Amino acid sequence: MNDNNTSPPLNYLTNGHTVKSWLLTVDHKRIGVLYLIAMTCFFLVGATAATLFRLELATHNANVLANDTYNRLFTMHGIIMVFFFLIPAVPGVLGNFLVPLMIGAKDVAFPRLNLASWYIYMLGGLFTLAAIIGGGIDTGWTFYTPYSSVYADSHVILAGTGVFITGFSSILTGLNFIVTIHKMRAPGLTWMRLPLFIWAQYSTAIINVLGTPVLAITLLLVLAERVLGFGIFDPQKGGDPVLYQHMFWFYSHPAVYIMILPGFGVVSEVLACFSRKRIYGYEFVAFSSLAIAAIGFFVWGHHMFTSSQSPYAGLIFSILTYLVGIPTAIKIFNWTATLYKGSVELSAPMLYTLGFIGLFLVGGLTGLFLATKALNVHLHDTYFVVAHFHYVMVGGMMMAWLAGLHFWWPKMFGKLYNEFWARVGAVIIFFGFNFTFFPQFIAGYMGMPRRYHVYDIEYQPFQMLSTAGAFFMGIGLIICLVTLVSSIFTGRPSGKNPWKATGLEWNYASSPPDTHNFTVPVKVDVEAYDYTDERIYQDA
Amino acid sequence: MNFFAIKTSPIAASEFAREWDKLWAYLMAVSVFFTVAICGVIIFFAIRYRRRSDADRPAPTKDGKLLEILGSVIPFILVMIMFFWGAKLYFDARIPPKDAIEILVTGKQWMWKMQHPNGKREINDLHVPVGVPIKLTMTSEDVIHSFYLPDFRKKMDVLPGKYTQMWFLPEKEGRFHLFCAEYCGTEHSLMIGSLYVVSQAEYERWLSTGMTSGSVVAASSEDPVAAGQALWEVHCMAACHTGRPGAIGPNIHHAFGTMRELETGEFILMDENYVRNSMINPNDDIAKGYPAAMNSFRGTLNNNQMNQIIAYLKSVGEGAQ
Repeated sequence: MNDNNTSPPLNYLTNGHTVKSWLLTVDHKRIGVLYLIAMTCFFLVGATAATLFRLELATHNANVLANDTYNRLFTMHGIIMVFFFLIPAVPGVLGNFLVPLMIGAKDVAFPRLNLASWYIYMLGGLFTLAAIIGGGIDTGWTFYTPYSSVYADSHVILAGTGVFITGFSSILTGLNFIVTIHKMRAPGLTWMRLPLFIWAQYSTAIINVLGTPVLAITLLLVLAERVLGFGIFDPQKGGDPVLYQHMFWFYSHPAVYIMILPGFGVVSEVLACFSRKRIYGYEFVAFSSLAIAAIGFFVWGHHMFTSSQSPYAGLIFSILTYLVGIPTAIKIFNWTATLYKGSVELSAPMLYTLGFIGLFLVGGLTGLFLATKALNVHLHDTYFVVAHFHYVMVGGMMMAWLAGLHFWWPKMFGKLYNEFWARVGAVIIFFGFNFTFFPQFIAGYMGMPRRYHVYDIEYQPFQMLSTAGAFFMGIGLIICLVTLVSSIFTGRPSGKNPWKATGLEWNYASSPPDTHNFTVPVKVDVEAYDYTDERIYQDA
Repeated sequence: MNFFAIKTSPIAASEFAREWDKLWAYLMAVSVFFTVAICGVIIFFAIRYRRRSDADRPAPTKDGKLLEILGSVIPFILVMIMFFWGAKLYFDARIPPKDAIEILVTGKQWMWKMQHPNGKREINDLHVPVGVPIKLTMTSEDVIHSFYLPDFRKKMDVLPGKYTQMWFLPEKEGRFHLFCAEYCGTEHSLMIGSLYVVSQAEYERWLSTGMTSGSVVAASSEDPVAAGQALWEVHCMAACHTGRPGAIGPNIHHAFGTMRELETGEFILMDENYVRNSMINPNDDIAKGYPAAMNSFRGTLNNNQMNQIIAYLKSVGEGAQ
């Protein structure tokens, strides 16, 4: 569009200022920013819900919320955070922004489809918000039947439709990434030279395309049962409620990997940059993503050890769950080994990343407890499970997301944030997180069931600590948000490659990138993460 | 509040709970070791190899296979120990002993209904004698619930339209938590109760009078076996199912707990779920050599009546093969 190379060159942010130029854009970078804004709003809605019910849980009796309100809040927290934040965060924002830039492409393979994905995501979000404004939904984010299909007296249809619609956004984005990564890599960028972020996005996209349709079918059946009176899950009509659980977890367990694998990709990039080392065992880290994606499809039954599924089926699910732990352990060992004899700089993204490794490690190890059949019988549906998946989802995925957001923030907006406050935010979030969720392991081990509005007083100390910790974490998140947003207005220009990182996005594209990404032809002649290459250390 | 006086581990109220705690300790040891080791190494590396100058250019490390091999094999061995130990503990404690007292549990939004072998009922509380294995046969009248005894480390989902079982062996007298662990709606957190483990004598007294020190009086009492026998007669089940000449159904009168051959050639165990499903969906499992002629009792028999018929069939099933 603009072949004019005199300064200041137009970049993707300045090329068009109207609302229409944003809402009808097919530029993958602008779509990434649209996702960023929408997702931050959803995140704040989910976090508000958490704040309210954390206040309620500080004491053992009901003195802030009524039981129905409490049930609706934790359901809303789960639905919003899982389907509108965790699943689309890294693919939607960082994936959209970075996949073409990292592989040297002008855009994704299907730019219009990419914009359609964002609109589908928003439409699903609007249905879900309508359900919330209309009075909420009280089934838990898992929509277990026959409660959701027959008994619940809340907006299951609206919320279910919202999640159903949003699923298509994941499927289409996944499809887009698979084609883009296969067909649009720059000359010389072979598979084994790809950044690990791309490997992670690729694995995630495969799960999205294969798994999400099953969730869509499942939700459609629940809606059919609720609206038309089908008897698929309702035992009164000869249906089987446990069938629902099989179908739901067939998607929703792989969905855990949809959430966490992109985070693995972010961590690999940040770790390499701030230790100036190639990721140790690159091939193992790359293929472990694929291994996790594959085995992850066969472990869903570990959510159902006490559901009355066959105990022999349970054995298979148990052993496969341990096997999925092996590639995950490999990743952790390799990340740790990457630091060895490196040049480690504890910048804000690096602090988030190291925090990620520690918290994800605890999340993974406590997963072993839950995979153990005998232990699961006690721990299932207690706060132990709640703590476990928050260590994976928040301690793992959210820390990785914040690491990635800080790391690529200069690339996205061309500005440097205040490093001191960013580090303060990272440290407060790390400690606040542990303060919030560690006590929940003990409450669960003591036998406190989850989703309890009032509870026995013996669990109160843990819940009080948890509520106090949540406020610390909230303060950390506010510092993080203010630091990042204010940098857009007051930050110093970052230059092309402020972290002196490898990768096409840092070395071939300006910050913020040009509308068409690259103004010079891209050709790759080195392996990924070659931090001995002097070219990356030259100033932009 | 004195934070040093806070309990941080649950009571272990049975042999199973103590075995459970040993397995828990093994996993804790593995977890603490890896958490400390990896976090320690990361902190050490972050300090030892900190960037001293922007001109630092660390030499690349050669990827070795040793880390990948050790990093797969050692965790693999450790988790396989977890797997086998966990599976063994689970399977050893799966089948209830033959001499267990059987109590019927029905979950309903938002209460637990218990029925003792002599028909005595109670709500949300469960009285059991110490030292005798207790088998719970459970079903739900509405949504999915889950019967959870944290001090015994036992939990089992309670489903509508199906029976599930769990059992435990109380070892000491006292009062223990009973929770619903599967989210079941508005008052899920109030679907709780107490398990009272009492002495044998006190249990006998409670069964006959409904009184123990400090418990509620139970609602009603009827003998489920007698009630089941009455239903068996009233609904003419005897005509079809007792092996009389010309009967159109298989003889199930003395068959509870045996394997039944089906038209498809498969064998199926005649247990609670089989009997119940045959009453509701009689054409699901057709017995070998008999026509699919039975009508469904759905809507005719309620949950409680089906339980009574099962209780009757169980009572006469003993010893007859």
